[in-house]
Order: sequence, then C-alpha cells, then structure tokens
Amino acid sequence: MFSIKKIYQPITLAEALEIYTSNPQLKIIAGGTDVLISLHHGKLDDVELLSIKNLTELTGINYLTDGTIEIGTMTTFTEIFRNEIINKYIPILAEASVSMGGPQIRNNATIGGNICNGAVSADSAPTLFVLNADLRIVNNEGVRIVPITEFYAGPGKVKLQSGEILTHIIIKKADYKGMYGKYIKFSNRKAMDIAMLSVATLGKVKNNKFTDLRIALGVSAPTPIRCTKAESFAFNKTIKEELIKQISEKTLLNANPRHSWRGSKVYREHLIQVLTERALKEIITMSGGKWHE
Amino acid sequence: MGFKIIGSSVNRLDAVSKVTGKAKYTNDFFEREMLCGKVLRSPYAHAVIKAIDVSEAKALPGVIAVFTSQDLPKLKYATAGHPWSIDPKHRDIEDRMILTDKARYVGDSVAAVVAQDEIIAKEALKLIKVDYEVLPHVLDPEKALEKGAPIIHEERPNNIVNDFGNEYGDYEKDFMNAQHIMEGVYDTSIVQHCHIETQTAYAYIDTDDRIVIVSSTQIPHIARRVVGQALGLSWGKIRVIKPHIGGGFGNKQEVIIEPLVAAMTIFSHGLPVRYTMTREECFISSRTRHAIKFSLKTALTKDNKLQAIHVLGISNTGSYASHGHSIIMSATSKFRPLYNFKSFKIEPKTVYTNLPAAGAMRAYGVPQMIFALESHIDDICRKLDLDPIEFRKQNLVSVGHEDPISHVVVRSIGLSECIDKGKELIKWEQKRANYKEQTGDKRRGLGMACFSYFSGTHPVSLEVAGARIILNQDGSVQLQVGATEIGQGADTAFAQMVAEVLGISIDMVHVISTQDTDITPFDTGAYASRQTYITGAAVKKAALEVKNKILTIASRKIGLQIDALDINDATIIEKKLGKEICSLGEIAMEAFYDRTHSHPITSDTSVNIRTNAIAYGVTFVEVEVDMKTGVIEVIEIYNVHDSGTIINHKAALGQVHGGVSMGLGYALSEKLMFDEKTGRPLNNNLLDYKLQTIMDTPKIGVDFVETYEETGSFGQKSLGENPTISPAPAVRNAVLDATGVSFNKLPLNPQTVFEKFKTEGLL
Amino acid sequence: MNEMKKINLIVNDKTYQLEVDIRESLLDVLRNRLHFTGVKEGCSVGECGACTVLIDGVPTSSCIYLAVFADGKKIRTIEGLEKDGKLSKVQQNFIDEGAIQCGFCTPGIVMTTTALVESGNKFTDEEIKREISGHFCRCTGYQKIFDAVKKSLDDK
Repeated sequence: MFSIKKIYQPITLAEALEIYTSNPQLKIIAGGTDVLISLHHGKLDDVELLSIKNLTELTGINYLTDGTIEIGTMTTFTEIFRNEIINKYIPILAEASVSMGGPQIRNNATIGGNICNGAVSADSAPTLFVLNADLRIVNNEGVRIVPITEFYAGPGKVKLQSGEILTHIIIKKADYKGMYGKYIKFSNRKAMDIAMLSVATLGKVKNNKFTDLRIALGVSAPTPIRCTKAESFAFNKTIKEELIKQISEKTLLNANPRHSWRGSKVYREHLIQVLTERALKEIITMSGGKWHE
Repeated sequence: MGFKIIGSSVNRLDAVSKVTGKAKYTNDFFEREMLCGKVLRSPYAHAVIKAIDVSEAKALPGVIAVFTSQDLPKLKYATAGHPWSIDPKHRDIEDRMILTDKARYVGDSVAAVVAQDEIIAKEALKLIKVDYEVLPHVLDPEKALEKGAPIIHEERPNNIVNDFGNEYGDYEKDFMNAQHIMEGVYDTSIVQHCHIETQTAYAYIDTDDRIVIVSSTQIPHIARRVVGQALGLSWGKIRVIKPHIGGGFGNKQEVIIEPLVAAMTIFSHGLPVRYTMTREECFISSRTRHAIKFSLKTALTKDNKLQAIHVLGISNTGSYASHGHSIIMSATSKFRPLYNFKSFKIEPKTVYTNLPAAGAMRAYGVPQMIFALESHIDDICRKLDLDPIEFRKQNLVSVGHEDPISHVVVRSIGLSECIDKGKELIKWEQKRANYKEQTGDKRRGLGMACFSYFSGTHPVSLEVAGARIILNQDGSVQLQVGATEIGQGADTAFAQMVAEVLGISIDMVHVISTQDTDITPFDTGAYASRQTYITGAAVKKAALEVKNKILTIASRKIGLQIDALDINDATIIEKKLGKEICSLGEIAMEAFYDRTHSHPITSDTSVNIRTNAIAYGVTFVEVEVDMKTGVIEVIEIYNVHDSGTIINHKAALGQVHGGVSMGLGYALSEKLMFDEKTGRPLNNNLLDYKLQTIMDTPKIGVDFVETYEETGSFGQKSLGENPTISPAPAVRNAVLDATGVSFNKLPLNPQTVFEKFKTEGLL
Repeated sequence: MNEMKKINLIVNDKTYQLEVDIRESLLDVLRNRLHFTGVKEGCSVGECGACTVLIDGVPTSSCIYLAVFADGKKIRTIEGLEKDGKLSKVQQNFIDEGAIQCGFCTPGIVMTTTALVESGNKFTDEEIKREISGHFCRCTGYQKIFDAVKKSLDDK
C-alpha cells in the first residue's frame, strides 16, 4: 500500500491541464516506476497524484513529412526500442532504451517520466542530448519548446513549472540524418542497473574528418551534459588514434563527476575517457572512417 | 551400487504445485482480521535508549498495540539455529532480546507496532518518540579490538565474542625447519543471502491458549524452543508450522522474527498478526555473511610439501553473536581434510562491531577460509614457479586421514579425479599456454581452486534426525521428516530413498512437506548440508523397518524366511528365483484388516549420527579482464564434485548451478556497504546490491566423481552448500593468471580492480 | 476513510467488479482480495520480478502498478495457465528441465516466458537472457531457467 491521498485519472490532455491548473500541488505520475518506488521508500508521502497514464494523445512515435520525429512522452522504453522508425533513423535511442532497467520496468516506464524525474543517470538523457532533442511543454495557456540541453536544473530537478506537462520529444531531421551514434552504459550489472557512467556519441565523418561530433555524458556532472569543448576541438580535424585520445581527454573539461560509494571521482573520470574513446571508434567505423594507418 | 531409483533424475515432488502457483508459502495463508506488525528501527549505529514515548502511537485509530523492551520479559537468548545443549558450556551466546534497550547497529529493533493495516502501522512508527543518547560506534573489527574502543555488549568489554583456537603437532619446529615460509593476508566483504522471500511469519493464540506461529524457517523445532526461551514460556505451549519457503541459504537457520511475532499476538489479545520484513529490512535486520580477514603463514619442506600452517582470523560478527563464534570454527576446521598439514596453529577471533549481525550463510565460513587458502596456494606456486595443479595434488590427504582435533576420518576422496576432469573440461594446458605474454586491452586467464566440506556438524553438534512412514492399503506410503525442504530438493531425495528400499515407484511415496512441531518427528532442520546424509539415514532406517514388517507378514503368509524375500515393483518376490509371489497391496490389506493379526504398518524412528563424511570439489574457470575498465568477465566455468553417491542428478545439477552463481556474485559483484561516519547501510536493496542477473551469469558446467562413502546410507555425502565455496578463489586465481595481479580482497568489482591496477602501475 | 474507486478487471478470463482503495497496488488486490497467491512479493519496488503478471499481455511488476490503473485491463496470473486440468507447455518445460527450486521466483518467470512464447517472435540466446533479466533467482543460477525458456520458444 502506498501513502496516496487522492488520484486523478483524466483521459484527455485538456482535462489533465485543467485539473493540474486548479490543483498545483499535484504530483504527476506517468509509468509509475519512479513515483511508486519513492512512495515505498517514504521519500514521498501522503501525495495527491495526477495520473497521465490514460492520455493516449501522449503515446506513440510519429515520422512527420519534414523528417521530424515526434515521440509522445508516455511512450514506454519497450515501445521505443521495438519501434521501426526509431530503429531506422535513430538506432542510438533504441540502444539507450533497451539498456534501461529490466523488461518489466521498460514495459511501463515512459521516456517522459525518465526525463522529468531529472536523474543524472537517466538512460534516455545522453542520447537525447546528442540528438539536440526539443521538448514540447504545454499548460493551460499554451505551448513552449525547450531544448533538452536547457531542461535540467540539477540532480532530480528539471525546469517544469506547476501546471505544465511535457507532451512530446522532438528530434529534427538535421540532427540524425547521416549521423552515426553509440551509447555506452557502464554499470556493475548487465541488466537491472543504473548507470555508474554513460556516454553517448553522435557524429558525421567526411574525408576522415568529423564534420559534426556530439558527445554527451550521464552521471558526470549535476545534470547530463554535452562536452562542448571536446566537440569543437574535434571539428574538421583528421581522425587519428591521437586525435581520439585528445578528444576523450577534453571531455573532462566539461565533466565534473562526483565521488560516491557507487563510484569514485577518479574512476569516473577515467571511465569517461576510456568509454568516449571506445564509443568514438565505433562511430568512426560505422561512418567508414579509420583511425589507424 | 545397483540402485534403481537412487541416482535417477526424477522430477521434484513439489514442481507441479510450484509451477501452478498452488504451493502455499507463509504469506499465502489468510486469517480473518489479520493484523499487520511493524518494527521501529534505530537510525543510530550505537545509542542508549534513554526514554521512549509511545502514547501518541497508541492513540492513533487502528493501532492495536505498541510495545518496547520495557513491556517484555528481560530475557536474553541466543538466536543461532543449533540443537540445544544440555551442557551450559556448549551453548550459544545469549546476547539478544526481542526488542533492545540499546541500539547496537542502524536497524536495531527498538519498538513494535501492531495495527489494522500497513499504512496505519507505518504512521504509528512515526509517532513513537525515542530519546537516544548517541554513543561512538565502531565498524572495523580491528578497531573494535583496540583499547578504548566502544563497548558494544557490557558482558564482553573487549568486544571479543570468542577466540577459542586449536594447535596441533610440532608447529614451532616445522616453521624452524621450513625450506620456504610464505605469508599472505586475504579478506572478504559482507554479503547477503537474498532469498527472494524475505523473513516472514504470522502468529495467533489458539483456543487451547497455545501460540501458533506459521513461519518461513529452515528450523521449526529450534524455532519453537527459542520462542519459548525468549518469552519465558513452556516449549509445549508453542507450535511452529513451516509451509513452503522461498529460499533460506542459512538466513532462516536462525530464529529472527518468530519471538517477535509471538509477542505481537500476545499484545493483540491473540489475534493473528503478520510481520513481513521489507527487502530493505531483510538486508540489515536478518543476517549477513561474516567478513573474515585471514592472515596465513605456511611452512614448506624442500620437496615442496605443505608442512605447517598458521591461521589468524578476524571475523566481523556485527552487533550480536548469532552464529559468529561457530562460523570461524567451522571455517578453520573444514579446510583441514584437504591438504596434509603435519602441524597447525589456529587463532580465530570473532569480534563485535556496530554492524548488522552476521550469521549462517551457505557453507558457513568456509568460502572465506577457502578464498584465503586457495589464493595463498596460487601465490605460493607463482612465487616458487610450481604448477598449481600438481602442487595441490601432491599435497592432498588420502583415505584414512584423520583430523587430529575432530577425529573425523576421510573414508572416501575423489578430489584428484575431480581435478583431472575439470582440467580436461576447460582445456587447461592448451589455454594456459595460449594466454602467456598477452599485452592487449582484454586479457584472458585460467584459475582453479579446491575445497573440502563436511556432511553435517558432527562432532561439534548433536546430529539427530527423525522419520516416520505409514503404509497405506494400496502399498503406497506417507513419509514425514522433521528436516525441511527449502528448495534444495530434500523431499524428493528422501522419497527416492524410501522407494529404493521398499521396492516401489516414486509416485507411491507421498512426502508430507509441511513441518508442524506438533506433528512432525524431531529433527533440527535444514543446515550444514546435513539432510541427505543425516536425515537420509533416518529415512533409510524407517523404510527398512517398514520393509521388515511387510516381509514378516509375507513370510508368515508364504512360509519362506524373511531373508529369502524381497520387494520389487511393489510385488513380493522370492529373492533367489526372482519369482513373484503377491502384490505389496495384498500384504498391506492383511496388515490392516486381518482379523487375527491386524497391525497396520508404520515406523517412527530416529537416528543419532556420530560420523561425518568429507565431500570434495574443484572449480576451474576462465576469465577475460578488461585492462582499461577493470571489468572481469567469466568465459567458462566448471565445478566438479565428489559428493559420494548422487541421489538425484537433476536436482544435484540445480544445487551446483545455484551455488556457483552465488560464488560468482561473491567473487565479482556482491558487497553490502555502510557509511563509515554513521554506520548506515548504503545499498540495502536489490538495485544497489549487485546480485547477478541472468545476463551476468555464464554457462556453468558441472560434473561429478561418484565415490561411495561407507558411512552414508546410500554412499552419499553433502552437496547443498559445497558448490558456493571454490568459485571465488578460482576466479581470483584466473585474474592473477591473466594480469599478474594478486587480488586479496573480495569482491573483484570494477572499481576495486581499477584501483588495484592503478597502484600496480598498469593504468 | 480513504478514497475508494470502482474498477472492472478481468483476471484469467473472469471479470471482477471491485471497489479498491486507491493506495493499493495491483499486487495487493490480486493477493489479498482475490487470493491469487501465486503472484509473489519479493521487494515491493519492481526489482526482483516475483510479482510479474501479464497486463494486456505485457509482463508487468504488479507491485509498482496501482490497482486503479488496472481498470478495464486483462490480467493474467500463473493460476490461469492450466487449461482443462493440463499444464501449459511452458509450465511443463519448467518442471522437466529442473528449473524450479524454492519456487518463489517461478510464477513470475513462467509468466514472462509465456508472453515471449505468445509474442510469436524469435529470440537469440542473448535476447532470451535480456528478456528474462528482470527476474532474480537465487537458487538456480538461471541455467535451467534458460533451458526451460529456450525449450518453450523452440517448442512452438
């Protein structure tokens, strides 16, 4: 039994927004895999919930005519990793989705819930960061679009106001077309685990040079981050073993992992470099580039 | 040995009930108006409870009872699941009360609540006001031994639970004359059983004014006794019922919640009260495996024979003695029938700290000891450039070896053959040669480790077991034993034994799986891998008694001597000719209904076993080490066991698989962690405690060398705990082979490996 | 008085109209109200997999699924697998392969396996492991469980 005082279960977004506007104290519950666990651990208590589980408007993945991919926030991780559109155009997101939790969790946990709980270890985050994903957020007044890179505010904190609901994740064609990606989750177990560290890389290679390179890290700072310094350093440089090493080292200019019982700072910094290096080599191979003579 | 049913792979007797969800576990029984019990646990590792105010909690609507140590008899009792000892000197340490008046670890039981439902009970816990005086705490056993360390139990101001050791032979001289003296320190971490069903029980008072407790326990008869002792009640006033249980691994060989749940019903006017530990509670407030640090020193002769060993062990038993003192005793005695040491000195210390109490866990101290010993053996071989397999083989004991202290005799040993099989299975020579001089990011290596283990607890403890058989009219039987089925397959093994002796098929044997202390024969329960060996003897004796009674009637009827008769396929036969005489059912009908001789056939018997049988085994493993990330992957693993006659191959395989898997978790990922500053647990849940998933578990190869152990009722020796002993040192030795780095502390998780590689200059 | 809600749910092909406490999990309702005790509780937070049931065919941890979410859903539990007194193939394979020991994790894994078999999809050995990875078993080391799942998928 959970310490729940009240629960609203609207079936349309309009209804949900109305309820939320007049009851700003409500806590949104999506798949429930985080909220109910917090209730079990007593981190939440005596809550009033707004369930968005029945909002079918927020599920599903759409490929728009201009190539934009729109993911409803109530889409589960299983749906994402089995989805044809995702596997065809942004396989890195399928890779990240299937690394999350275990099957039963993936069957219920939603990508929107994963983003909104603000965890630095969120498996969807680094990938959505390199994809420059935009978030569509609505309230009773209207809609706003926020880049995911500007959405996180700190550990467990996101920039979502009371009365607002995240409805869609938007990925533009320019952000995946011709790009190759690799997500590496580092954890102590191969399943049912949270990331001790995670790296997502996405890049485009032309004439053995990075014409676009994006690197994002999870559990490496108070929020998921992009390694902007390493990225701009890499731009248009000829790929060599040495370059890969330098790029990987430069990720640390943006990263600032913390020391905890789950993993030491020194170890995390080391892993950031090793895993970035490995992920880069994967995408170079995929894009037909090479790093050794 | 010409067995028909012994050795065959019959399906588990309880498989259908378990695969259909019909098997009833403790929480599957419901009583009207069942109440919910909860426990208030200390947030401090060490604190005196100066005052407790429960008035607000009591006043909360829906709360039935709130009680503290003040409301309970001031009785200290021992919780370890051992047979009672009439000799006071041989008893377990009585250092525990149902609820404490002083918090000795984060999670210690301070007060109990009974309420109509779980949420009210949780609310009530929040309303209890406790005034704690926080004391300095100590988590490290070596610091707990220092002068001025916090005193955890007033009765033992030096924090030593026990330091009783052993010495044999001319130990000093052997070290003086040694060609080589080797030393090493090997340490293990705290791990937990993680049975999927947590500790749970419910209790009520029946109309005869007796307390009935239904509990997930390995030891119902012991639980009855301890509840009596904890509450100062006459033991006959208590009835313990054990239905199906969702795993135990030693953590239910301890009387942890039964006295509490009995108290809960007493304070609730005898209404039924259920108390189930949450997973988080179970991690810290049931039991854990002792972290033991062993310092080994060995003396070798000039022809590389192990001559003498000095074992210094410090065992962290946490806040209460539990099984503590006997675990390090077990560890330091069960390794002795492995290598032929001429002398030894063993100095164990079991130490209190402000951590959760450690208790019995699969193989009872031996995984810690064998990790130390088998790591040490590989270190010796590496230093002296000896072949680790040949070195071990040269030093093995042989049949007839008698331990000078326990006087346990080795009557069968198939270890050398086990080693040969394992070596072959993993292609040792070929791969070891291939893996020399590796330089890449991923390096492979091979390792192995041996072990010896006992069957039961003789001569340390009483080994009594009871069995009862009732013959039905159709020749089928009911079997009742006091020993418990906890998933290991004991009931099925016992049924095979009865079928074998009585010459009937397995489906003619009905095992009454539930133990009920009012009904079932006396037996101390499931632990020490004792059941097939000890209880198996009782089962055989009971079956032989029934057989004898059947043949007596047959003899009377037919006129042939009993010795000339036998039972085969539920038919009475003339042994020599193989001639069928009459069905077993006919004899049974006479036993029931003959107007002159009616005397239905039953047997109700027990044995007191005063032998032990040493089982052996070996692990061979191949690993791949990621030199950059510290991740170790097990590529291949084989366990080969000498457990005497294998009663049921399918069930035996299952035991080995599970044991090896537990051993791999011990080697690579499992570790219960605590915050040094506060003593709080950091990872007492299944997400953060790294129990291995199916994706982390390699294919596990298994083989057996079936010796025949004369003291076993069918030639059998122990197997249940054994497979969990040697995987960890084998993995450690394989990593040494792959990387040249000696890891002397478990587990070898990526963070630890990274740190060690860094100190060794590999990164 | 706590808030109650009326829900309709179909468990193993039988419809139940219930008034549930909004605080209850589906697990609570299945076990305590309807006595589907084959659904086991091992951790209460979706980590162990023992409470797995199929909700509209999808393996779900019923401990972190509110009972009110189950309104209008089709639930399947271990109790519903036997048909006309005959075990399902998956159940029989778990028995024959020796995949059962203490049995506490068994119902959940059998349900997940049933969903895999009914999906009609093919799975590689690695994918089988991935699909079973949300179930902890401390007894078997997963060896025989893997064999039973594989056999069930091959049996089709």
